Amino acid sequence: METHNLINPLFSSKLFNITTICYFAAMVIFFIYLANRNRGVGLAASITAYAGFVVQTVAIGLRWQESYQLGVGHAPLSNLYESVVFFSWSIILMFAIVDLKLKYRVVGAFVVPFALLGMVWAQLKLDTGAIEPLVPALQSNWLLYHVITCFLGYAAFAVACGVSIMYLIKAKQEEAAGNASAGGVVAMFPSTRVLDDLNYKAIMVGFPLLTIGIITGAAWANYAWGTYWSWDPKETWSLIVWFVYAAFLHARFTRGWVGRPAAILSITGFIFTIFCYLGVNLLLSGLHSYGG
Amino acid sequence: MTTHKRSFTTALWDFFCSLKLSISLLIGLALTSIIGTIIKQNASMDEYQHYYSDSTIRIFNSLGFFDMYHSWWFILLLYLLTVNLVACSIKRLPRVWKMIAEPTLVMDEGLEKSLSLTHEFKLAGDAATLRDKLTAFLSQEFAPPVITEVDGEYHLFAQKARWCRLGVYVVHLSIIIIFIGAIIGSTFGAKGFVQITEGQSVGSFVDRYTGKTVDLGYTLALRQFEVEYYPSGAPKEYRSFLTVLENGQPVPGLIDRKIIVNDPLTYKGITFYQSSYGTIHQLTMRDRKGGAPYKIEAADKEPVSLPGGGFAVIAESVPDVSPYMPGFTGPAVKVVLEERNGTQQSLILLQNNPQFDLQRGGAQIFTYDGKTKYFTGLQVAKDPGVWVVWLGCALMVIGICMAFFMSHRRVWARISKGQVVLGGTASKNQPGFQLHFDELADKLKKL
Ligand code: HEM
Repeated sequence: METHNLINPLFSSKLFNITTICYFAAMVIFFIYLANRNRGVGLAASITAYAGFVVQTVAIGLRWQESYQLGVGHAPLSNLYESVVFFSWSIILMFAIVDLKLKYRVVGAFVVPFALLGMVWAQLKLDTGAIEPLVPALQSNWLLYHVITCFLGYAAFAVACGVSIMYLIKAKQEEAAGNASAGGVVAMFPSTRVLDDLNYKAIMVGFPLLTIGIITGAAWANYAWGTYWSWDPKETWSLIVWFVYAAFLHARFTRGWVGRPAAILSITGFIFTIFCYLGVNLLLSGLHSYGG
Repeated sequence: MTTHKRSFTTALWDFFCSLKLSISLLIGLALTSIIGTIIKQNASMDEYQHYYSDSTIRIFNSLGFFDMYHSWWFILLLYLLTVNLVACSIKRLPRVWKMIAEPTLVMDEGLEKSLSLTHEFKLAGDAATLRDKLTAFLSQEFAPPVITEVDGEYHLFAQKARWCRLGVYVVHLSIIIIFIGAIIGSTFGAKGFVQITEGQSVGSFVDRYTGKTVDLGYTLALRQFEVEYYPSGAPKEYRSFLTVLENGQPVPGLIDRKIIVNDPLTYKGITFYQSSYGTIHQLTMRDRKGGAPYKIEAADKEPVSLPGGGFAVIAESVPDVSPYMPGFTGPAVKVVLEERNGTQQSLILLQNNPQFDLQRGGAQIFTYDGKTKYFTGLQVAKDPGVWVVWLGCALMVIGICMAFFMSHRRVWARISKGQVVLGGTASKNQPGFQLHFDELADKLKKL
C-alpha cells in the first residue's frame, strides 16, 4: 500500500545533509591527522564531528516536532531511515565518550566512517525521508526504550570494532617491524595494550545496553502480544549477538583471549550485530517492520 | 577400581566447571540458533514441500530443524549451559564469599609485596595516637576501618563495595531464574486465540500447543469493535469494547473496557490482546422463480453452508470497487460458491447494483447487503511464569552493573610508632583507583 499521504519534512532533511557533509569532512580531517600528527588538526577533526552531531541532534528534534505538527506525533525511530540516522548519531555519541573522557581522539579515524556510512546510505538509498504515521503495533513507549537501548549498544560495538581494526593493524606492523616501534600513520595509534583495553571497555558499555535492549523488547512483545519470546528471527539474532559478546567476556578469563583473538571476536561480534540490524530485515522475514 | 571411579567423577566435575565449556556452549548456541532463522519454523508441510525436496525434508525433520528451538539437542545445550553455570558457581563462590565475609584484616609483608599500590611515610606520634587519627581520617575520606592489634602494631582495614564481587553470580543466577520462569510458563500456562463477533461472547479457548480447551472461568463479551484511520487511509487504531461477565453478571471495572494494540485486558491471570479483526457481511439469496429471500451472514474467508447443500465463501471484499471495475462504485465482495457436487463458481456482488447477479443466469440470485458487524480477534495468554522471568531480567541488569561498573576497593594501613604503611587495591579500574589512592596518601601526609 503505497498510497499513504507522505509529507516530506524539508528543513530537517536539509540539516541531515549538513550532518553528512560534516561527518565526511571530519573523516577526511581525521585521516590528515593520522598522517601529519598535528594536534590542531586532531582538534579540528573532533570539532567538525561534534558540529555534525549538534546539527544532527537538532534535526532529529525537529523531525520529532514536525511529526507532531503533522498530527502523527511519534519519536523519529519508526522506520529504517530514521533508525539508521539514530544509529549514526549514537556512534558519534560513543566516540565523544572515548574522545572526551578517555582522551583517545585518533580512534575517530576508525569510528566516524561508520557514522558517515550510515548517513550516506540513509540519504541516498533510503531517502523518502517522509514522516509516516505509526501503525498500531508500534504505538508504544516501549518502542522508544527498546530502540534507544539497542542502538546505543550497537554503537558501542561499532566503537569496539573500529578499535579492534586499529589493534590488528598496529599489532601486525609491530610484528613486522620487530620490536622497534612502528612508524608512519600507525605510530599515531594508541599502544596495543590501550587498544585492547578500549575494546573491552566499549563492549563493557555495549553489553549491558544490548541486554536491556533485549529485555525491553521482550517486555514490549509480552505487553503487545502476550509472548515475551517467540524465536522470531530478529529476536533470535539479537540473542545470537548477545551470546557472541558473552563468549567474548568469558574468553577474557582464559589465557590467550586478549589482544588479537579478542579483536577478531569483537569484529565478528559487530558483523553479527550488523546482520541482526539489517540482514534480518533485508534477507529474512519476521515481526520487525524496519526495512519492510 | 575406586580410584578409576573417582577420577572419572573428578574429570566429569572438571569438565562441567571449565570456562572453555561455557565459551563453547555460548558459541554453539549462537551458531545453531542461526538455523532456525533461515529455515522457517513451524510452517505447514505444504509450505516446506514448496521449498525443499522430500529427502531434505526427511533429514530436516529428523534433526528437528522445523521446530529447532524445542528440539531435544537445543534443549540439551540449554541444560548443559545450566549445569555448567551451576558447577562453575559452586566451585568459585565459596572463595569469593570468603573474601567478602572474612576479609584479610592485616597487611603482612607478603600481602604488601603483592599490592601494586603502597605508600610509606613518617608521621609524628605514638602508635595509639596515629591509630585514632587514621581511623578518623579513613572514616571520613574512605570508609570506617576495622582495627587489629598485632605485636604492638596496629592494622587498619577499610573497604568499599565488597558486594559487587557477587555481581557475576547474580548474573548467572538470573539466567537460571529466567529458565525457571520459562518452564513455569510452559508447564502451567496456555496460549490461544479467540474470535468474538459484536454482540457475542466466549468462555473458553483452545491451547495452541496442547490442543486442549481451557475454560476461562468467566465469559468475555464484545459490545463493539471500531477501526480508526489516518487521513491517508492507513489504520490508526483498532478498538474492542469488552465486558467480563462472571455468572452472567458484569464485573465492576471491566464493563465496556476498551482494549487496543499495546493495551491489553487482564482478568484472573488471563490476558487478551487485540490482534486482528474482520467484518461480517450480509448476503441475500433468492430463488429466480421467487419465494422467500434467505439471509446469509459470513465473515471473510469462512465457508457458510447454504440451504440445499453447498457452501459460500467470501474470498475478498473491498470498500470501493471502482479501481477494479471502472464504471461501478461502492462496496463489493467476491464470493466463491461450491455446490454439493463440488463444482465451483465465483461471483462478484455489488452493494450499489443489486441487479448485478441477474445476468449470471444462475438458479439463485445473490445480492450484497453490506457489512453488518465486526468481529475481533484476540490473542489469549496465560503465563504464571512471566513475573519470574521479569525478576530474573531485573537481577541480570543489576548483576551486570555490579560486575562491570562497581569496583571492590580495599585499603590497609600498618601503624607503628612514627610510621605508617598504606596499601590498596581495587577489583576493577585500577588506574582510576590509583588516582584516588594517591590523593588519600597526599592528604594523609599533611595530617
Ligand atoms: C555456560 C554458562 C556460564 C558459565 C559456566 C559462566 C562462568 C563464568 C565465570 C567463571 C566467570 C568469571 C567469574 C570470575 O572469576 O570473576 C563469569 C563471568 C561473567 N559471566 Fe558468566 N558464565 C556462563 C554464562 C554466562 C552468560 C550466558 C552470561 C550472560 C549475561 C554471563 C555473564 C557473565 C558476566 C557479565 C561476567 C563478568 C565478566 C566481567 O567481569 O568482565 N555468563 N562467568
